[in-house]
Amino acid sequence: MTDRLTRLPQVQVPVLRLEDALLVTIQGDLQDTSAERLQADVLRHVAENPTAAVIIDISAVEVVDSFLGRVLAEIAAGAGLLAAQTIVVGMRPSVAITMVELGLSLPGVRTARDLQSSLSMLRESPASVHERGERGLDDTHRY
Amino acid sequence: MSEQQNADEWSSATRVGEALRRRREQIAQRWADAQLFRTVFTVSRDEAVEACRAVLDALADVADAGATEDVDAPGFQAVREQLARMSASRARTGLNPAQIAAEVAALRSPAVEHLSAELDREPDAVVHGALLELTVLMGTLRLVVMETALTEGHELISRQRQQLLEIATPVIKLWDGVVAVPLIGTLDSARSQVVMESLLEAIVAQQARYAILDITGVPTVDSLVAQHLMKTVAAARLMGAECVVSGVRPAIAQTIVHLGIDLGGVVTRASLADALAFALRGLGAGVAASPQPAAQR
Repeated sequence: MTDRLTRLPQVQVPVLRLEDALLVTIQGDLQDTSAERLQADVLRHVAENPTAAVIIDISAVEVVDSFLGRVLAEIAAGAGLLAAQTIVVGMRPSVAITMVELGLSLPGVRTARDLQSSLSMLRESPASVHERGERGLDDTHRY
Repeated sequence: MSEQQNADEWSSATRVGEALRRRREQIAQRWADAQLFRTVFTVSRDEAVEACRAVLDALADVADAGATEDVDAPGFQAVREQLARMSASRARTGLNPAQIAAEVAALRSPAVEHLSAELDREPDAVVHGALLELTVLMGTLRLVVMETALTEGHELISRQRQQLLEIATPVIKLWDGVVAVPLIGTLDSARSQVVMESLLEAIVAQQARYAILDITGVPTVDSLVAQHLMKTVAAARLMGAECVVSGVRPAIAQTIVHLGIDLGGVVTRASLADALAFALRGLGAGVAASPQPAAQR
């Protein structure tokens, strides 16, 4: 009972499957625990089913901090280890400026304006073998 | 009147104020012919004489108040606007503050002459004290003129800086999904911030996939400018747009190499046309590379 009560205010971030892509929509603030859970959820989904890309929609995020930046980078790195690419979608101008000022330029993460263009991006260029190899190398180097 | 003149308790300052008032007309006529007033009031000499009278009245007031050394004396407030107008108009003709001050200094000798003439029957000590006082007063006038001139200049500069920020960053839509910012002049932090903001807003508004930063008009690229460029490029990339830096002149390319700046990951092109071609190819639009586009299509 108490367990349930403490978990209630935590918003679980839904992870949706769209053909061979995973769609994650982050709404507002991300708490420590829900972020951890999100990472685990995403990686589990990627490992269970063949996944080409993890699409993270952050168009509803108005304020960004180094925590969210780190979560994004970690999800991308983890998914990269499982051979899935990560696309961050719909970042707002103010968020982009803050990210750059914080020095978080999300290397190894692809970006797109909106969900639609990310899907067509996937159809057009499902990350080349070369690109994947490069990213894999980067990740092993980092971890 | 003669008994007033003989009153010993009169300070030199009051004497100067009195003399200026009595000789107002004569001095004003002389001043109107001086370089400073003649060049500002070119239309009518009467206007110049009127201005001289106003300044003389102000000086006399300041002298009466015994505040000959006080730049903020109430008397000067009355003529500040006029002095500002005069110094601004002299500055517009290309004079620097020192030259304007020299012109103000030229007003001293007519005043001195008339003051000596006014006091020619006084003892030497009195004349001496009054002349000294007048010199101090004219020095203060010079300071006031300088001050107004400098304030004018500062206001002008801040106004122009604001205008520069506003006009210098137009974001142009070159094609569906392609926006460009032609950067002109030196990029400092404030400007690059404005550039970044307006570019990112335009990327959202135009649904742009490509953003071109054209640096043809940027005179030099040092490590700071390069850093600003890379920040903008990174921010645009985070928004899902690819950023191309165009207008890299050979000299600038050389500087970048010499400084050892790593523009890694930034797509650069020599000209805006090249950048546009790159963007159009990326969008899947046909771009004919040969000089006979009609035949090719």
